[in-house]
Amino acid sequence: MREITASQIKDTIKTLFININYEIGDNVLSSLKCALDREVSPVGKAILSQIIENDIIAKNERVAMCQDTGMAVVFAEVGQDVHITGGNFVDAINQGVREAYSEGCLRKSIVADPLFDRKNTGDNTPAVIYTDIVPGDKIKLTVTCKGFGSENMSRIKMMTPADGVDGVLDFIVNTVVEAGPNPCPPTIVGVCIGGTMDKAAQIAKLATIRPVGSHNSDPRYAQLEAEALRRINDSGVGPGGLGGRVTCLAVNIESYPTHIAGMPVAVNVCCHAARHGEAVI
Amino acid sequence: MAYINADIIKITTPLSRDVTSSLRAGDNVLISGKILTARDAAHKRFVELLEKGEPLPINLEGQIIYYAGPAPTPPGRASGSFGPTTSYRMDKYTPQLLERGLLGMIGKGTRSADVIDAMMRHGAVYFAATGGAAALIARSIVQSEVLCYDDLGAEAVRLLTVVDFPAIVAIDSRGANLYEIGRNKYKINREKNGG
Repeated sequence: MREITASQIKDTIKTLFININYEIGDNVLSSLKCALDREVSPVGKAILSQIIENDIIAKNERVAMCQDTGMAVVFAEVGQDVHITGGNFVDAINQGVREAYSEGCLRKSIVADPLFDRKNTGDNTPAVIYTDIVPGDKIKLTVTCKGFGSENMSRIKMMTPADGVDGVLDFIVNTVVEAGPNPCPPTIVGVCIGGTMDKAAQIAKLATIRPVGSHNSDPRYAQLEAEALRRINDSGVGPGGLGGRVTCLAVNIESYPTHIAGMPVAVNVCCHAARHGEAVI
Repeated sequence: MAYINADIIKITTPLSRDVTSSLRAGDNVLISGKILTARDAAHKRFVELLEKGEPLPINLEGQIIYYAGPAPTPPGRASGSFGPTTSYRMDKYTPQLLERGLLGMIGKGTRSADVIDAMMRHGAVYFAATGGAAALIARSIVQSEVLCYDDLGAEAVRLLTVVDFPAIVAIDSRGANLYEIGRNKYKINREKNGG
């Protein structure tokens, strides 16, 4: 049994959320630079160069790269040999979010009641937290802050086995192309096929932060990723949605076992920043 | 911004219909002067006032509204990161504001047919700013003050003083829409092989 304090968890979460809001990931930045080389539309090139310049300013000056600093999402893998002391796990995560958004000059974008009051909680809590218990004596925290320009363009569909590969492909491509300029293209698209309604959505969120340029280890799904990416980029939507050849940087597809009667497909659209980070305690 | 420097149009606020009618979808502009900000919650309040026959807290004649809510201002800076939000959420309210003299809007994403019709009737222009370029855009903001609805926090109505705010004319006063023109220009129609 290894002891990890609530305060260590809080500090780790705080550092992660400040850093992901200031510092573009190297993988994402290099994919934006490749996109700038590849883009043929002058307006599209101008927008990509603005995005790259923006990300460099944010990193150098340690300010938020986007004003929508998102809803905090935390994927926690907690080793079963860990004993958390000095406070509770969920409170520690929310306290880390609270301190990051307050001290890091990050926008507080969360309302307590979604329908009637819509009153801001004032500290960007609560976070959305997914916890898995895993072997070992460590805690791994993977975090993302999800802006709602792109979250609003995400979709889930309970498809049937008869819809097949073509049906899945059409659903993914149509979701992204119909979203047009709204999710801040060029986007990174996370997809999960299978599971239940909720499981598909959860894995699709995780798929948005898989590195650009990585592929599903099953060649059939890898081919689906490539085909979806090609069709989305054929749409002409382009950077900022103002026309061009780079609408999407990556389509990351995951799968999960599902029921004999169903085939849920979740498509989580993410903006060109794909802010995420991880740490192990 | 090496790709758009060649043909930049500088405009200042307040706008006149002479200026808005001369702008064309695809023009690159740098905006200087005062601009207002408002998002969903402020628009809802504006329209509730208009429906009750009460005056608005701001004069819209010739003005530009930027759809945006900033990150908090770091110490020693004029503004926090301040990029555009998605405009379609304001579509329901926009025609009523255009009737009150609003001549420009800045946001991201296309607008409804009702908004474009109202823009053509009133000679207004819609500008796109680059979504996610919030730290870059903040450099063009030299002053930011809350005008009203302070209780809305990031969604409060602000008056910004901007110098060379970078934007593209996305929909002009004749209804030409770069979101459609651009997409159609770069769309690839592949012929199906075999068969």
